[in-house]
Amino acid sequence: MAGVVAVAAESLAGGRARAARTVLDQVVLPGEELLLPEQEDAEGPGGTGERPLRLNAGVRARVRVVCGPGLRRCGDRLLVTKCGRLRYKEPGGSGGGVYWVDSQQKRYVPVKGDHVIGIVTAKSGDIFKVDVGGSEPASLSYLAFEGATKRNRPNVQVGDLIYGQFVVANKDMEPEMVCIDSCGRANGMGVIGQDGLLFKVTLGLIRKLLAPDCEILQEVGKLYPLEIVFGMNGRIWVKAKTIQQTLILANILEACEHMTADQRKQIFSRLAES
Amino acid sequence: MKHLGEKSRFCLQFMQRGLDSETKRQLEEEEKKIISEEHWYLDLPELKEKECFIIEEQSFLLCEDLLYGRMSFRGFNPEVEKLMLQMNSKNKTEEVEGETVELDVSDEEMARRYETLVGTIGKKFAKKRDRVNYEEDENGHVKPTVKVKKMFLKPQD
Repeated sequence: MAGVVAVAAESLAGGRARAARTVLDQVVLPGEELLLPEQEDAEGPGGTGERPLRLNAGVRARVRVVCGPGLRRCGDRLLVTKCGRLRYKEPGGSGGGVYWVDSQQKRYVPVKGDHVIGIVTAKSGDIFKVDVGGSEPASLSYLAFEGATKRNRPNVQVGDLIYGQFVVANKDMEPEMVCIDSCGRANGMGVIGQDGLLFKVTLGLIRKLLAPDCEILQEVGKLYPLEIVFGMNGRIWVKAKTIQQTLILANILEACEHMTADQRKQIFSRLAES
Repeated sequence: MKHLGEKSRFCLQFMQRGLDSETKRQLEEEEKKIISEEHWYLDLPELKEKECFIIEEQSFLLCEDLLYGRMSFRGFNPEVEKLMLQMNSKNKTEEVEGETVELDVSDEEMARRYETLVGTIGKKFAKKRDRVNYEEDENGHVKPTVKVKKMFLKPQD
């Protein structure tokens, strides 16, 4: 890590913005400016002011680039606001790709569209107050459940666990969540059942576990019948047939963040034997 | 007081329906001028808003294809397992390769069924005398037998 930080400090001391393409998958620090591929030519080699001749130097069709979490727009450049590794995703259809910073944090900030696990803390009139781990409790209307009407109220008590998604989540307003999608179907959202264990992990681990090619989950799934719910706010709910199995599962998921693949395989093989 | 009186005269005149549209428009403009002079405005040069090609998004859903958050393994919760297949296949609709449609019934069997179907339906509409023509095969398939119609035979000498 020391070597990487030294390299980053050197380039920052130079005062020039680096091209985003060259720092993919490398550590970036807050305050750095990154150039998008279109602006790299303007900088020129060594900044001597000579511009290389380009054949199609006319107005090129600018593609829309999306800057994701950890990046902000600063004029025509990207400004890094979190430290972590810079990632890039190729565009599927139209438009430029997505750049984001893969950072690690424990504190969740509500984001629209995220599925989270919340704990009902209060019931006041027509809405429930749900604690999602952010700065304020989110509000959940009692009509935002599948099949709920004014006469047919959902069966939600204080202390229940709710799996829902945000419809309003910005820094100026209180976050609001719902347990139905835009078509009115539940899609698995709503009150999470009885028993089980809720525990908290870092946000980066959740994203790692929910990645499409996650080996940890495949191995865990072979152990014994179980059910897991992942909330993007760092909360995981697990349930297995016995309390001991549930606790083993919780310990594995918490510990797998800091284990290497070999250590993990060792632990799984030991579990499979017992 | 006089000023007020004038204004009220304007207002009254403006509200009159009998006036033609031109005088109405003139009065409107005058009113607007009086109002706009009193309004404050910023004395800054107009900033040209450049079209920005960078969109800011705070959500990780765009960046990484994450799986659906509820999971169940080894049949612990069958509804959740069904949901898993549904939601994850929604995300990956582009990756589905051309699947060959599995046939429930083979082509040969279809042909055989249609062959006998003609006989069965035909029997339904045949008159009682003609039902004799439909004989049953060994397998129980009903097939119509072509029978020569009885015609007048001229006697030979």
